[in-house]
Amino acid sequence: MERKIRVIVAKPGLDGHDRGAKVIARALRDAGMEVIYTGLRQTPEQIVQAALQEDADVVAMSILSGAHNHLFPRVVELLKEKGAEDILVFGGGVIPEEDIPFLKSKGIAEVFGPGTPTSATVEFIKAHVKRG
Amino acid sequence: MSDKESLENALRDWNAKVEKPLAQYPERKSAFVTGSDAPIRRLYTPVDTQGDYMEKVGLPGEFPYTRGVQQTMYRGRFWTMRQYAGFGNAEESNARYKYLLAQGQTGLSIAFDLPTQIGYDSDHPLAAGEVGKVGVAIDSLADMEVLFDGIPLDKVSTSMTINAPAAVLLAMYIAVAEKQGVAADKLEGTIQNDILKEYVARGTYIFPPSPSMRLITDIFAYCSKQVPNWNTISISGYHIREAGATAIQEVAFTLADGIAYVEAAVKAGLDVDEFAPRLSFFFNAHNDLFEEVAKFRAARRVWAHIMKERFGAKNPKSMMLRFHTQTGGSTLTAQQPENNVVRVTIQALAAVLGGTQSLHTNSRDEALALPTEDSVRIALRSQQILAYESGVAETPDPLAGSYYVESLTDSIEAGALAYLKRIDDLGGAVKAIEQGFVQQEIQDSAYAWQMTVEKNERVVVGLNKFQVKEGAPKGLLRVDPIVGEKQCAKLAATKAKRDGAAVAAALEALKKAAAGSDNLMPPILAAVRTYATLGEICDVLRGVFGEYRPSVMF
Repeated sequence: MERKIRVIVAKPGLDGHDRGAKVIARALRDAGMEVIYTGLRQTPEQIVQAALQEDADVVAMSILSGAHNHLFPRVVELLKEKGAEDILVFGGGVIPEEDIPFLKSKGIAEVFGPGTPTSATVEFIKAHVKRG
Repeated sequence: MSDKESLENALRDWNAKVEKPLAQYPERKSAFVTGSDAPIRRLYTPVDTQGDYMEKVGLPGEFPYTRGVQQTMYRGRFWTMRQYAGFGNAEESNARYKYLLAQGQTGLSIAFDLPTQIGYDSDHPLAAGEVGKVGVAIDSLADMEVLFDGIPLDKVSTSMTINAPAAVLLAMYIAVAEKQGVAADKLEGTIQNDILKEYVARGTYIFPPSPSMRLITDIFAYCSKQVPNWNTISISGYHIREAGATAIQEVAFTLADGIAYVEAAVKAGLDVDEFAPRLSFFFNAHNDLFEEVAKFRAARRVWAHIMKERFGAKNPKSMMLRFHTQTGGSTLTAQQPENNVVRVTIQALAAVLGGTQSLHTNSRDEALALPTEDSVRIALRSQQILAYESGVAETPDPLAGSYYVESLTDSIEAGALAYLKRIDDLGGAVKAIEQGFVQQEIQDSAYAWQMTVEKNERVVVGLNKFQVKEGAPKGLLRVDPIVGEKQCAKLAATKAKRDGAAVAAALEALKKAAAGSDNLMPPILAAVRTYATLGEICDVLRGVFGEYRPSVMF
């Protein structure tokens, strides 16, 4: 049997807005992926630990508080340190467009804004996942 | 033949006549539904409004308050126009408040940053990247003094969106007022102080439910004597709705939380009529205009009955559901953001037609960033146009008697009562939350909504229909990233200046009180006056109470 794509859906930082993260988690599961949702208030260290522990192929993060420039790159950095740079990392939330080039330069593969259909996220993962 | 019979006969003929051309000219949709997915009939007539008018609808300012909590409503004065604001440090937020007051805003509404809301000082490792982002950073009384500098606290009413550490921020507010020479019994305002919805929807919890409920009832008891004009809680459906709930769920889960708070206070030995008049509510307003108006009317009626019949309240003020409204952030689109001005206007109209006591109108750019000054002004002007130009405020509850709106009010009431029964059967709101029932219901609704939008069963203008190619939005507000460093430096300076022994003694006294059963407001107030920080005070309480650990599900 083909291995399912394994995804960590994570909420880094103190932001409590998790409607989007939960909707994405469920949509990915409905699309046949194995999804682990971390819950709120995760540090980059905790997210990376979960990704390694769960042998994840993808880390999907959501932030609506404005702390993305601080927290997203840290996750990529830590994954690199652990030799897990082949894990696909992307994010979403309320993120100004002018921040996106910076985030991409730090290894965030894509940034999805409000109104993105869940199907677009599913397609993105299928097209870009490196492991699995 | 009675009027009713002749109407029923006429309706039968009318329906028969309508059916024929439908084969050739079908309606736009095979089924019409409200936002709560309740079917909307083709036509509403007196047949659809049942029951006794005086019992169900009655008069404004009279039980069951369906038509509003005041007799003359906005003929006396308009709702309080209160824009939620705050960002960066206390100086910047103070300037925004003065700007809003100068623009004719009539009350303040303080947004705190996430570290403040979760009881961490700005130099805490978990605060990194979050300081000053979604609200103002407050570490100690020193920040609070700057925040309200030049704003006389006996002249404004202030609403503070603060929950887990509400007692600490209220204590700081009282202490600032003292320094201005304003006595606590002259203060008017609101603390949100609603922890139950934090567990299900908003996420800024600190302590487990039981000590959290104690903090809340301690505030009820303290304020009933010392700060009698303060709204001690704002029982909030807003965030429940934003998390995905339907209008019916918003009413049901909010009132279920309200029941839990009243029960906790009664259990703590308070007399219901002593604290219930200071309970206030906070609802959302989404786009489905008539359903929203009906929601507000139904919520008032259901709560009045609960307070009178379930809790035996005697004071009419205990039965009145007074509420703040904010327009629905989750209904705004990042696409063609100017369209959001129109959405906000419809939602604000619903709140006014629904009899709100105060209102925040969202700014057009809130799906993109914190609002700019221009965006906030347009949002405030939208309220002012409704108030001064639209004529909708000239008579109370102007939609009363609309067959459709009365029928919707009845169906929302019935839906909410059915949920309240289920929650009672689970052992009340705290138990229902601990078991994940409320969270699951909200998540199911959120997912269902998303799927109807993705399948184009619901149109969101500019999002899944009428799209245009757009460039990146310009002129968004950015919080200076240096704000975190500055705030940490200020915190260090405050700590260096204060009397360390006094701080330690105050924190020790608080620890003792927390371990016992004394009211916690006096020791918190004493600690705040020594410039003990929010983080220090919350750490003492964390040590005694422990921290809440949610079960994760989706």
